[in-house]
Amino acid sequence: MLVAVEIEKRIEDKKLKIGKYEFTSRLFVGTGKYPSMDVMKEALDASGTEVVTVAIRRVKINDTSTLLDYIDTKKYKILPNTAGCYSAEEAIRVAHLAREMGISDMIKLEVLGDERTLLPDPVETVKATQILVKEGFTVLVYTSDDPIIARKLEDAGAMSVMPAGAPIGSGQGILNKNNIRIILESARVPVIVDAGVGTASDVTIAMELGCEGVLLNTGIAHAKDPVLMARAMKLACESGRFAFLSGRIPKRLYAKASSPEKDF
Amino acid sequence: MRITLNSELKECPDGLTIERLLDLYQIDKNRTAVELNLEVIPRKEHSKRTLKDSDVVEVVTFVGGG
Repeated sequence: MLVAVEIEKRIEDKKLKIGKYEFTSRLFVGTGKYPSMDVMKEALDASGTEVVTVAIRRVKINDTSTLLDYIDTKKYKILPNTAGCYSAEEAIRVAHLAREMGISDMIKLEVLGDERTLLPDPVETVKATQILVKEGFTVLVYTSDDPIIARKLEDAGAMSVMPAGAPIGSGQGILNKNNIRIILESARVPVIVDAGVGTASDVTIAMELGCEGVLLNTGIAHAKDPVLMARAMKLACESGRFAFLSGRIPKRLYAKASSPEKDF
Repeated sequence: MRITLNSELKECPDGLTIERLLDLYQIDKNRTAVELNLEVIPRKEHSKRTLKDSDVVEVVTFVGGG
């Protein structure tokens, strides 16, 4: 029994630190596009996440139900995004509104370049990061997998750099592992893959590369069974993280026997 | 007077405060943020800020997103 406790203690991971916040779970989950609010609630629970992203939109007059009826803000840290913004100015405006909600000073900064690709506009993203950091926000910033831009965002004061694995909602996984590796080599803040994750193995790959976390939404919300997929993502995230920490064997071209080759 | 609330023109009584406007449209004050003519108005000022003709008010909340 003691042995089991010791093993559990030994495999206990350090916490993920983003600015002044600390998290045990390394999976961030979005709240969009679920078949129903009840399914979303169950999926969030099954994912083990501690950070959920939300968007900011106009209230519908005379519609009294809100997303927050389904999200326990004591259990989850709310990470508002600036999705749908195409300039630094718009994103800053949304960030101010998000902070005024009085729940979180974290902001997932997204400044998009165009509607078809939903790829970030790097110039506007850097500009918005500089301003929001000065204003005291904890800025987690969505970016492409470009290592130079990632570095500039970090220099601008981003608390986390969040490169897309693939275009938002595309489910293509981590398209350029090499770029993610280059970003990781010089990053001094947590790198969290944001966007493009389609299935559990995509999350594992990101974590095995050494990313500090993964943020996803559609991969869970649009799965046939979102709750089951949420659990798969949780396990994938933990698996990838432990595989990264344990140090994998090098790849070899030829076989190497696992059993003794002599002394029959 | 006439104001614009979330892009819709609304006829409102004169001297209406932001707080009263939210009450009028049954908007949850604790789960919204308000912008008046592009300026975010802190919640504690809602009872003091009086609207005037042609004001543009935006009221936002959290919705599902990734």
